[in-house]
Amino acid sequence: MSIIVEGATKRFGDFLALDDVSIEVPDGSLTALLGPSGSGKSTLLRVIAGLELPDEGTVTISGEDASTAPPQKRGVGFVFQHYAAFKHMTVFDNVAFGLTIRKRPTDEIKRRVDELLGLVHLDGLAGRYPTQLSGGQRQRMALARALAVEPKVLLLDEPFGALDAKVREELRTWLRRLHDEVHVTTIFVTHDQEEAMDVAEQLVVMNEGRVEQTGSAVELYEQPANEFVMSFVGPVNRIGDALVRPHDIDILQEREEGSEEAQIERIVHLGFEVRVEFTLGDGRHLWVQITRTQADQLELREGEIVFIRPTRAKVFSAS
Amino acid sequence: MTSNRRSRVTMRTIALGYLAVLLVLPVGFVFYRTFQHGLAPVWSSISQPDALHALYLTLVMVIVAVPLNAAFGVVCALLLVRHDFRGKALLNGLIDLPFAVSPVIIGLSLVLVYGESGWLGGWLTGNGFQIIFALPGMVLATVFVSLPFVVREVAPVLKEIGTEQEQAASTLGASGWQTFWRVTLPAIRWGLAYGIVLSTARALGEFGAVSIVSGKLVGQTETLPLRVDNQFQNFDVTGAYAAAVVLAVLALSTLFAMSRIQPRELDR
Repeated sequence: MSIIVEGATKRFGDFLALDDVSIEVPDGSLTALLGPSGSGKSTLLRVIAGLELPDEGTVTISGEDASTAPPQKRGVGFVFQHYAAFKHMTVFDNVAFGLTIRKRPTDEIKRRVDELLGLVHLDGLAGRYPTQLSGGQRQRMALARALAVEPKVLLLDEPFGALDAKVREELRTWLRRLHDEVHVTTIFVTHDQEEAMDVAEQLVVMNEGRVEQTGSAVELYEQPANEFVMSFVGPVNRIGDALVRPHDIDILQEREEGSEEAQIERIVHLGFEVRVEFTLGDGRHLWVQITRTQADQLELREGEIVFIRPTRAKVFSAS
Repeated sequence: MTSNRRSRVTMRTIALGYLAVLLVLPVGFVFYRTFQHGLAPVWSSISQPDALHALYLTLVMVIVAVPLNAAFGVVCALLLVRHDFRGKALLNGLIDLPFAVSPVIIGLSLVLVYGESGWLGGWLTGNGFQIIFALPGMVLATVFVSLPFVVREVAPVLKEIGTEQEQAASTLGASGWQTFWRVTLPAIRWGLAYGIVLSTARALGEFGAVSIVSGKLVGQTETLPLRVDNQFQNFDVTGAYAAAVVLAVLALSTLFAMSRIQPRELDR
């Protein structure tokens, strides 16, 4: 079920949270809203869910205008960063909540909840209370709860934000697999570009209440629309007006055309990757990312003077 | 370590000693003096029709005032925590008024408004509603003095649980009413229960305000606390102590109910 947002604007007092935002999410896709905190990505998600009403603009869910519909009528499943578990209910009752509200027969509820608990790998924990679960388990329970009512779209607000790094990585792999199985149109909000690139097919980069660029991970990385997108989706060095990725810089032993003299300040070995930090003639710093093999071939030493040459620098006109 | 333990023992001794002198000793003496001459005089005193009527009236006060305060308290707490409106600070301040003002003054102010020559009372009396020196006035006074407890217990719990659970319920299809009964109310239940217990204890024991508005008519508008005072003034010491013990047992059982609630609240 596709989602179309057109011209959404939302103010909180003087703060402009959404500034004329339009996005289109294709049916069955997995889309990430990516941006720093305060960029409006969570507000946009809440506008789609009906938890906030936009001051202007429309929301269309699977062809129907949902702009003024209450959250109950939008057919969305919502997962909160801090789980929003019903603490006084067991895992079973949490997952069954939406079905109980819809007055489904008891045996159907039982069957569906068992099925969902299997899907999110929480079998056998149906009788526990949320406080007896780990963070990752709680978030999987919240996902099962949202999926129980067979939503047209699934909205996740920084779903892994409160979890530690290892669990976060497990869960995002798991979310991608789950999406392959369930195929429900999914939007998730994150401030972690690696997470967005890992999980999503389409990324919407937001900043200061506006959409900066929409595209696949490759498109955003290779053809960033502006300086913000380029520096948000990956590491950059600034050389004058140009921005260059640390792996798009050659290190040369001899002076060649377009190269610049640089002193090696530090060499950092990070397994496969080696970071070489330089000080340029005018005192500026930059770093270059090379492989271990390249580092061995170049025989770099700290303090040595070499020459560097950017291969794919990008200059954006000031907007 | 030893000085640490010594200071802890000292603090505990002071706390318990203070409570013993202030609370346990007087209450204990009431029980002792009551049963000093055996059960028979106590029984004959508390089984008198007037005494039974006083017990009945006291229970009526509790049964009417406590549910009213519970409902009002929850609505008020929801208003104060979840909504912004003009006059919010005023409402917030007004709720504490019964704590700030002496119950006697509350009684007098009720007489001023609802008494026969009062602002509203003249019209009400003319239409056959007697408020002052009758049950309605006593209920009003009791509701007034026990009003803040539920609001003040529920509001912080509401603030702490936040709105995410309620929002989750709404995305799952629950209406506002369903969300309240299935999510909000269970989440605030221990705060509410605690407020109800405190409100009950206050309604049981209210003396000052009820004493002014009731007219203290024996067998008609006399509650248990009024009866204790009345018997004592009339040198019926056994009767006073007996009524006091009934009151104390009622109050202690609500406190016992409260102590049953507290540990469960901790393991949330």
